[in-house]
Amino acid sequence: MKQPLFDWQYAKDVMPRLLTGLTVTIEATVLGMLLALALGLFWTICRRSPNRFLAGVVHWIVEFVRSTPLLLQLYFFFYVLPAAGIVLSPLLTGLLALGLHYSSYTTEVYRAGIDAVPKGQWDASTALGFSKSYVWKSIILPQAIPRVLPVLGNYFIAMFKDTPLLSAITVMEMFEQARLVGAEQFRYLEPFTMVGIIFLILSLIASQMVIALEKRYVVRHS
Amino acid sequence: MTYTQLLQFAGPLLEGLRITLRLTVAGAVLGIICSVLAGLGRKSTFVPIRWIASIYIEVFRGTSALIQLFWFYFALPLLGINLSALMAGVLVLGLNMGAYGAEVVRSSIAAVPKGQEEAATALGFSRMQTLWRIIIPQAILPSLPPFGNLLIELLKNSALASLITLSELTFSAQTLRTDTLETVPIFTIVLIIYFVVAQIIAFGVRSLEHKLAQSRGEVAA
Repeated sequence: MKQPLFDWQYAKDVMPRLLTGLTVTIEATVLGMLLALALGLFWTICRRSPNRFLAGVVHWIVEFVRSTPLLLQLYFFFYVLPAAGIVLSPLLTGLLALGLHYSSYTTEVYRAGIDAVPKGQWDASTALGFSKSYVWKSIILPQAIPRVLPVLGNYFIAMFKDTPLLSAITVMEMFEQARLVGAEQFRYLEPFTMVGIIFLILSLIASQMVIALEKRYVVRHS
Repeated sequence: MTYTQLLQFAGPLLEGLRITLRLTVAGAVLGIICSVLAGLGRKSTFVPIRWIASIYIEVFRGTSALIQLFWFYFALPLLGINLSALMAGVLVLGLNMGAYGAEVVRSSIAAVPKGQEEAATALGFSRMQTLWRIIIPQAILPSLPPFGNLLIELLKNSALASLITLSELTFSAQTLRTDTLETVPIFTIVLIIYFVVAQIIAFGVRSLEHKLAQSRGEVAA
């Protein structure tokens, strides 16, 4: 029997497996982003520390993480952590690497947001005798974060598109599912195309959401 | 781990680095061409060209680089197109960079003051002359820093080619790891190599920016 150029029946049959993988993909993206947001904030606060040594070390850690490939960082965690006695599931390992990698981007975003807060806000807080943690939590961040939300949103989309790399450390996300089906059926065209289309649709929806965020926050603040 | 072992790593790693650099340079050339074509295409007065440019940009930005790579390498043969791993790598890295670079080209051109175009029209320059001799030369300087970032992203993305069995730096690291089980030193060395190459790219782009700004009599920031 001659197979058609693009086998729609086969494409339809792989969808349930891809959707199972999609739940893992989304889980990895959301948890990875939460980690990236928290760790990025931590880096940012360290880099503004009056302790020059700490600020310098953190600056270079961030620079190093940002200029080396995510894939290599995934391998590093995947092979080195167990050797050090830390045994984690592939998904958890992947989350850690994703979160660390993207924290090197989110820290820059926070920095830009914090730089945009007028200097008088710091002076006024000092004059009023607020504690350091109170100033960060209640004065600076509430002004800095809303205006950088759209940029953070873009990194969320970027991270979503980087989750297929987790397949290299055996995480059963959507792309790994496509790879497995393709290997079983000796036919990759349909599974890979369907995964690409799912990513495209979800990223397009997410971009529209980021544009909505931009309208809501950036316009009002500027 | 001994010193001789370290020397044993040098050969395969340097060979891997050579292929990584080849991928990066070839991908960057293709990427810059695609950036300019798509960036200008999006502003074209001819509607089909605008459409093609937009679809290209959305598809390559909306899907993952790894999926594009596997699609070009494993799925295209079913449509009768066979690419070597190197070709697939260069194509995907270049096309992917171009989709992001198009936006850089567009915004750099938009940043050139409107009066420049009006003055050129008043002086009787044609549309093409205005674009190539007046607008683009002024758009290059502001586009350098974002292009520098895209180059570093390209270098990092080149590691993905190891997954389609191209024996670049990350692939060499994996092979050495399975051969020697010296995981930590090998991966540490390779991470440092990527870091150094990225710093060299960043430095090169900064110097170029400085030189260009000086030659135009502008003070570099």
